[in-house]
Amino acid sequence: MSIWADQVIAETYRSDWGRLLSLLVGRTRRLDLAEDSLSEAFARASARWPTDGVPANPGGWLYTTAMRLVLGGLRAEAMRGRKTPLLVVGRNWVEPVGADDLGDERLALVLLCCHPALGPEARCALALRLVIGTPTEEIARLFLVSRATMAARITRAKKKIVTAGIPLSSPIDDELRTRLVDVCRTIYLAYTAGYAPGSGPDLLRSDLAGEAVELAALLHRLIPESNEVRGLHGLLLLQHARRDARVYNGGLVTLTEQDRSRWRQDELQAGSQLVIGLPAGDGYAEELRLQGLIAAEHAKAATAAETDWPAIATLYGRLEVLTGSAVVRLNRGVAVAEAEGPRSGLAVITGLDRFLPDNHRLHAVRADLARRAGETELARASYTQALAMCANEMERGHLQHRLDSLGSG
Amino acid sequence: MKYFVLLAGDGELGPWDRLTPEQQQEVLEQFGAFDAACEAKPGVEMVGGEALEDGSMATTLRTRSGELIITDGPYAEATEQIGGFYLVEAPDLDTITELCRSLPAYDIELRPVVDMG
Repeated sequence: MSIWADQVIAETYRSDWGRLLSLLVGRTRRLDLAEDSLSEAFARASARWPTDGVPANPGGWLYTTAMRLVLGGLRAEAMRGRKTPLLVVGRNWVEPVGADDLGDERLALVLLCCHPALGPEARCALALRLVIGTPTEEIARLFLVSRATMAARITRAKKKIVTAGIPLSSPIDDELRTRLVDVCRTIYLAYTAGYAPGSGPDLLRSDLAGEAVELAALLHRLIPESNEVRGLHGLLLLQHARRDARVYNGGLVTLTEQDRSRWRQDELQAGSQLVIGLPAGDGYAEELRLQGLIAAEHAKAATAAETDWPAIATLYGRLEVLTGSAVVRLNRGVAVAEAEGPRSGLAVITGLDRFLPDNHRLHAVRADLARRAGETELARASYTQALAMCANEMERGHLQHRLDSLGSG
Repeated sequence: MKYFVLLAGDGELGPWDRLTPEQQQEVLEQFGAFDAACEAKPGVEMVGGEALEDGSMATTLRTRSGELIITDGPYAEATEQIGGFYLVEAPDLDTITELCRSLPAYDIELRPVVDMG
């Protein structure tokens, strides 16, 4: 009973946090109070549901509880004679009426979080926290800063929104169109937070990633003519379609080793169609398109052996020219290794340590390529280095297994 | 909300005394256009605004260990100098940002005024 209740709470948190928060924010225009109250409502659910039983409508219970807490907070502030400024609303803002159609409210919250008057790192962090409900600790991990630093960044961003008068606006207007790149980046990062290996035993959080895919789909429905949004939606569909094959027997399964019968073919097809039909462009739209085309190449291959690695290496090459990203070069190294052999791959990733000082994946990739090239010493040293940097238990298990199989030198 | 609109630097426009008479005329017309745009916008009110003398005419006061230290010159040791300011009542940041498009292309800082009410 209690385990089941905990599960329902965890699931409701993942699926409904952003929807409930956006509704609360839209109604009360209090970012801080709404977030605190919703957190408290979830805490009360954790305390009560295991003994009292799970309510018939968990989302409704949480909303009602949080709303009551907000009103209590407002009363307490009034008693103390403290007047806290309200979130400003745009001219076209329409207060949400019911809990039936929450999509647009969530988008308004994304738009608020992605305002250019906020710093770029703060935008993504805030959107993850408020729209997806990602714990501050995981956002900190994503952005490679301490939890305290990230908490301070998020608090400051919320304060800036209210103090500077950044308005809560209805999403479809000129402002949204000019801010689409930021919105797309935010959603992509939100997706990455669920897709990238996390800390602890919870390797992938595909429900969380699914929230981001849903946001991208919603954005695409609202703005079908935007190439950025279409590219983003296609890319996320393609990546998310592989979720069931990524973890097997509690272990992480690499793309080439995945059981492709567990890939969702309908989603792969829908995603491929979206990205293949896009015209070549520039900037972030092109970045999304190239990434989408890479994912579509993988989707096309019925078995790992049939993968067109030269085509993928070429796409990564174009992406590297466009972005200058060290992570892209690391991925190109993997593709080149498959196309031309592990030594060619090792050559591509040479010198990356300077740009990716804390990245365990660089060492893990180097270790695998060195192992395949027969360079056991380099492989052993790299696996050891990767293990020293990797916080994820399942990945550590994988790395340790590889290291052990090299035998003692 | 009330915004302090600080004309913080000349930006790409360059200093006033290096503008041609035609350019100066254009700048003056843009100030006029800003006034008009504020007046025309519902919920927006121009509370005040002045042009300021050059930064070399400024005096800076600093209190250190209880002692008032008076120095010649502007507070920020920047090459570009504050040219003037407006105080504008506007509903939100997006509205005031939009209105500032009609000003000459100065570098502008928008600072919300603390609500003492």
